[in-house]
Amino acid sequence: MPAVRTVEATMLGKLDWSAIPLDQPIPLIAGAVVLVAILGVLTWVVVKGHLSYLWNEWITSVDHKRIGVMYVLLASVMLLRGGSDAIMMRIQQAVAYQSQGYLPPEHYNQIFSAHGTIMIFFVAMPFVIGLMNLIVPLQLGVRDVAFPTLNSVGFWLTASGALLVNISLVVGEFARTGWLAFPPLSELSYSPGVGVDYYAWSLQISGIGTLVAGINLVTTVLKLRTKGMNYLRMPMFCWTTLASNLLIVAAFPILTATLAMLLLDRYLGFHFFTNEAGGNVMMFMNLIWAWGHPEVYILVLPAFGIFSEVVSTFSGKALFGYRSMVLATMAICVISFMVWLHHFFTMGAGPNVNAIFGIASMIIAVPTGVKIYNWLFTMYGGRIRFATPMLWAVGFMVTFIIGGLTGVLLAVPPADFILHNSMFLVAHFHNVIIGGVLFGAFAGFEYWFPKAFGFRLNERWGRAAFWFTFLGFFITFMPLYIVGMLGMTRRMQHYDVAAWRPWMIVAAVGVAVLTIGVICQIVQLVVSIRNREALRDRTGDPWDGRSLEWATSSPPPVFNFAFNPDVRGEDAYWHMKARAKQQSPERDGPEYQDIEMPRNSPTGFVCAFFATIMGFALIWHIWWMVIVGGLGAWATFVVFAWRDHDEYVIPAEEVAVIDRVNLEQRRGLISMAEVG
Amino acid sequence: MNLLDPQGPVAAGNSTILVDSVFIMLVIVVPTIFAILGFAFWFRASNPRARYRPGFVYSGRIEMVVWAIPALTVILLGGVAWIGSHQLDPAAPVPGTGSPVRIQAVSLDWKWLFIYPDQRIATVNTLTVPAGAELKFQLTSSSVMNTFFIPQLGSMIYTMNGMVTKLNLRADNEGKLQGLSAHFSGDGFPDMMFDVNVVSPLAFPEWVATAAKTDAVLNENSYRKLMQQGIEKDRPVYRLEDPRLFELIATQHIPPGPGPERISDAGRPHSGGHDAR
Repeated sequence: MPAVRTVEATMLGKLDWSAIPLDQPIPLIAGAVVLVAILGVLTWVVVKGHLSYLWNEWITSVDHKRIGVMYVLLASVMLLRGGSDAIMMRIQQAVAYQSQGYLPPEHYNQIFSAHGTIMIFFVAMPFVIGLMNLIVPLQLGVRDVAFPTLNSVGFWLTASGALLVNISLVVGEFARTGWLAFPPLSELSYSPGVGVDYYAWSLQISGIGTLVAGINLVTTVLKLRTKGMNYLRMPMFCWTTLASNLLIVAAFPILTATLAMLLLDRYLGFHFFTNEAGGNVMMFMNLIWAWGHPEVYILVLPAFGIFSEVVSTFSGKALFGYRSMVLATMAICVISFMVWLHHFFTMGAGPNVNAIFGIASMIIAVPTGVKIYNWLFTMYGGRIRFATPMLWAVGFMVTFIIGGLTGVLLAVPPADFILHNSMFLVAHFHNVIIGGVLFGAFAGFEYWFPKAFGFRLNERWGRAAFWFTFLGFFITFMPLYIVGMLGMTRRMQHYDVAAWRPWMIVAAVGVAVLTIGVICQIVQLVVSIRNREALRDRTGDPWDGRSLEWATSSPPPVFNFAFNPDVRGEDAYWHMKARAKQQSPERDGPEYQDIEMPRNSPTGFVCAFFATIMGFALIWHIWWMVIVGGLGAWATFVVFAWRDHDEYVIPAEEVAVIDRVNLEQRRGLISMAEVG
Repeated sequence: MNLLDPQGPVAAGNSTILVDSVFIMLVIVVPTIFAILGFAFWFRASNPRARYRPGFVYSGRIEMVVWAIPALTVILLGGVAWIGSHQLDPAAPVPGTGSPVRIQAVSLDWKWLFIYPDQRIATVNTLTVPAGAELKFQLTSSSVMNTFFIPQLGSMIYTMNGMVTKLNLRADNEGKLQGLSAHFSGDGFPDMMFDVNVVSPLAFPEWVATAAKTDAVLNENSYRKLMQQGIEKDRPVYRLEDPRLFELIATQHIPPGPGPERISDAGRPHSGGHDAR
């Protein structure tokens, strides 16, 4: 027997049948549904013969637009997963008054930990990174990002992390420590299971993906602008992309290092954050928030950029106070690194330390306030069209300002002393993350969908989605502010305080309304795909846009622009349109040239495949498999590094054919506008 | 547990600052929200009376004002934060009537141990204090982090193993309050709520005298049993054998709590109370 056990331990590490939660129906059913869905899609793909299309056009694609779309798709799928967690939590807290509710603590605690981890790392991050990937090269007037293959690697590593989190649903468990896994609770002595290992390894793998994406986008903005696109002519979204990715490059290594230390504690008996042998939990708190606070600005800055584009386009005006906005963006970028301590005022630091970090945190509200006012004055004197993206933008401004108020309130240390870790705090950060990041992501989704796919989304369902989400948000989170004021703390699996109960029921109703909003969005997508011919955007410029992404067709050709656009001011495309109206036709018989584009590469997919194997093996201590996965990922990169041909040429004739069609339709649009 | 119904000077200070800060911000937030909705409505494309001014994209005066408004608000609030942080520093003394009561709080998995070193008693999940006296807390943790918080008495503070944090509070009115842990600490976390009995200054010595008659003794051995993971449904009271017990815990002479038993599928924490005696 012992011999058998040793062989098993060598082959399978800690993994055995007890890892499958056969006694818990919810994760099993959820896992089964997901598995059936994946198998169903795969079967459909294979039977219909789409496999080679999927492989050649998407999985191995290094086209920034395709990768952007895949990021957004990943984020949308994970939003459904994270949203299901949210629904389960709100129902639990609505029923668990003087009872255990329907979720035992070990399950409830996994759910809120997974909810936070998924929503931040696998919904908000991929959503904004996806939109930046999709749009920034177009706005800069260039043909791709700086490192196209690396871009694919970044995406697939993010997907790999998301996959590991989902595997934890049915094989083993997820962390029960909250989304930041504070030690000593997350140390081996208090969390001996594999949950924290799933958490840490999935974030290590996806964190590398995020860092790679950040390096790529920073380089793209700094080095790859089209001629005439100097810094102060870049669209606002490019500026916020730059700021956000600078923060990624500066902050994500801290996360990687911190989690590496936690993993060393757990795997090799180190003592960075343990109670024993000189470990220090306060160091973890400082390190994780030194990443964690910039992280919220990594998420919200691109959203600010999206709103700047949307408000300006739909008001029919250039952005008010553009230079001021640039300054505000970069100010937020810098100051966000100096405020991390406000996440633990209650640790007992002295009053000077608390006050200084409190005031520093408030200072961020100044540039943020300036942004709100500049959007306000962009609307002033405008001609505002309330298409769905603009609804999200106005909804954001109203919602975010409330979240800003409660945020500044939490930055006042004596107020934080009674609100820290309360439901008030939970309400605050959902107020800014839903009202800021998610609304921004949805606005960007509606706004740029026609650019990505060549047809607009159904307005009616889009409006319905907005109103249900907007109202659902307030019905869900205003009660959480109130229970926070009634002393309720976060992460309670059950409670005995009667005063909290009614508000928890209201919040559960609110989450139902939010769910309807999400359903509307799914219906909108389905309805729009079915009516895509009627919604087709033939002009490439469905919203009367102002920046260069609208200067090419929808969807853009693989090379984005037949000619590098020549930029002569802010709002480049707006001025091109104005010039074209005065002196048409702009260009007769341009001389097309061959275009070199990067070749597709399976590097990202194969690398992530091995990384997933390695991550899974590390979690379960299957050491031979760790070596296989590690060597595989490394070998993939070596093969990539030794490649001979990485570009192919699109001949000038082909470029000409594609571009002429685009120009024809564009001229049609301009002459129609003149008639109108 | 209403934060706006403070029962002591610290909580009163906290909630005053909270309410004041909200009002200071509302002064600019409310007009801004109305302006957003108003501009959005008036400048709608279908309103023929609204003047379209596409060239209105910069105004030095407006820029000046939009930087100044949030900056002035933050300067005002920054002053509130600076003064408040000093006045309401958790470690700052809170003068009261009578002699201060020293209380040493230890967060265990998953219950609160309150040691009264001067009275040589200890309680679990019940804190009895005299009204009006300064309550001088020293806090630590037997294992993972927790946060000690009595909402109606104000300021919370972390408890961490191997470290001592300080907090001074005062309860002004007799009555029953509730406290809790405000930092997630594992499966039994929601059961870390505790009762706070604020009794009259005269009743407090009586309570101490009664409590001291208990047979249960808290020493290193019984503490080691108490710190096993589990939920305490009863409210045990102990005589304190060694008044230095807290120091032994805080300096890790008694090693940190053991965490879950390392057998597969350790007992579920909500399956009942854990008998510490």
